[in-house]
Amino acid sequence: MAAPAQLVRLGPASFELGTDFFPGMRVPVRVFGSEKLVAEMDAQVFLQAAHVATLPGIVRASYCMPDAHWGYGFPIGGVAAMDVESGVISPGGIGFDINCGMRLVATRLLWPEVQPHLRELVDALAERVPAGVGSRGFVRMTDEEFGDVIRQGAGWAVREGYGTLDDLAHTEAGGCFSGADPDCVSEQARERGRRQIGTLGSGNHYLEIQVAHADGVRDAELARAFGIERPEQVMVMFHCGSRGFGHQVATDYLHDFLRDMPTKFGLPVIDRELACAPFASREGRDYYAAMCCAANMSFVNRQVILHRIREVFSDVFGRSPEELGIRCIYDVAHNTAKLEEHEVEGRKRRLLVHRKGATRAFPPGHPELPPEFRKTGQPVILGGSMETGSYLLAGVASGAVSFFSTAHGSGRTMSRTKARKLVRGRALQDRMAERGILVRTASLRGLAEEAGFAYKDVEEVAAATEAAGLSRRVAHLVPVGNVKG
Amino acid sequence: MSKAGADPRAARAGERSGSFEFVEGPTGDLTFLARAPTLEGLFAAAAEAFLAVTLEDASLLEPREQRELALEEPDLELLLLRFVNELVFLRDASELLLRPQRVRVTQDGVARLAATLAGERIDRGRHALRSDVKAATAHALRVSQTPEGWEARLTLDV
Repeated sequence: MAAPAQLVRLGPASFELGTDFFPGMRVPVRVFGSEKLVAEMDAQVFLQAAHVATLPGIVRASYCMPDAHWGYGFPIGGVAAMDVESGVISPGGIGFDINCGMRLVATRLLWPEVQPHLRELVDALAERVPAGVGSRGFVRMTDEEFGDVIRQGAGWAVREGYGTLDDLAHTEAGGCFSGADPDCVSEQARERGRRQIGTLGSGNHYLEIQVAHADGVRDAELARAFGIERPEQVMVMFHCGSRGFGHQVATDYLHDFLRDMPTKFGLPVIDRELACAPFASREGRDYYAAMCCAANMSFVNRQVILHRIREVFSDVFGRSPEELGIRCIYDVAHNTAKLEEHEVEGRKRRLLVHRKGATRAFPPGHPELPPEFRKTGQPVILGGSMETGSYLLAGVASGAVSFFSTAHGSGRTMSRTKARKLVRGRALQDRMAERGILVRTASLRGLAEEAGFAYKDVEEVAAATEAAGLSRRVAHLVPVGNVKG
Repeated sequence: MSKAGADPRAARAGERSGSFEFVEGPTGDLTFLARAPTLEGLFAAAAEAFLAVTLEDASLLEPREQRELALEEPDLELLLLRFVNELVFLRDASELLLRPQRVRVTQDGVARLAATLAGERIDRGRHALRSDVKAATAHALRVSQTPEGWEARLTLDV
């Protein structure tokens, strides 16, 4: 419907827009998705991806994942790799919620054991994992300790007793981006973030109890390798980010870059949310160091939330987290820029890969993966809508086509305003309860905005990532209880 | 969905009164158009839009605490962006939800704002909370003069 006429099909689930689509494009736009998904993308997605293609130093293409939708600056589901010498870093290519991401947790419990306790579990999780506007986390700390958090990432939380070394091994980058420098972070950002560790936030953030039914397992061997071993196994998935800390880091640097672009950097401003700085400049490096701090805060946030989940399950079932087999399958970021080595035209190059609403998906054998994922490839978590469920996938070698990036969720098809016009939060909550999904929400209006019909079909998105060679499906996970931020 | 004139405080502000309505914008975010006869009213209307996203009923917010705010930016658009982002910051850092009680906006080569903000700390017992605005974005940000006064378009990341 909205796809431009110039879009050319390259393969079963990949399309291209040439550099003549928009003035100043340095590289083409590659769009991944089924014909249906691409046809239903908003026209703004293609225009925004074309804007990204004009950025200095962009390598090979500006990419749209199958769940892409209209964002600010980059489309959500946008990927761009920049040359570290000639390229830029853009807060709009990462998002305000730096290292917003997903964590999937396995339990040894089966659905028949959990079902009688579901209400108790969901209520306790809603109480112990604060969500919504102005929520405060349970971890109290001094400003100095917060400095340790943003330097050390999830390792800090584990040292403080909020997790295990195994959790770190199952977290992207071990739960720490190494380039963090707290001196590059404003006092305002620290003030906003220090009291928010252990909170979900709101919008599309959630904590969900899910079931891995036997008929949802697509690849039994990979599922077993990742920790989905028995039919009806109960899982916990949650989605949140760096809260006000990351939002303020992005706000601060976007503001500074807008001021400096036309004067200091001599860069044109096509869209103010594409504000950027040369990565090699002091300003660009400072933002990268601050972004790493926010990414680390986010890893800590998800780590202490996992600690809370362990406490709640342990209280409800009267057994230790170890007895319940509560272990992190994987934690993956989907709003970051990362320094990675990729092969481009037969040559290894160090690139700064922006992924905004896109997930890293390293293949089997990738040197940055811990030993246990060397054979399987990296677990990828695709968070669907709260009504339709989510997917666990795995990275594949053919993902080199997108610098090993894949989708991050279902992707919205409808604005929040429109979704709210179509359903009331209470009615949606009742409808979901009838379908066996118990929901606790901080805001009924916010719940209506997250209705399943406001998102693309998660099956279609997951299938498209596989058809495009970006990742392969492992298991579909069905929601039974949801704490919505 | 029009929220124009939804807040009685905005209506009481007389000639400074403004209105806002939510319009289509980036799919996951909330975009609003604010309109007012004066620049002061425009900034007040933008604050009301932020509060309407944050609270189920912004009219319940009482002026129990005050904060002074002085900002300077190269132009009106960046000034509006900074102003709303200051409201977001105060919400997280001090748990304060504020609206301008007095506001003065001037342009003299640069754009300046001096405001007295009034409001109260978030009280979960009295305030039904809605969405956590992450930031005001610069996406398609616009402040323009119209025959009736001023109009602004701003997208909030939620």
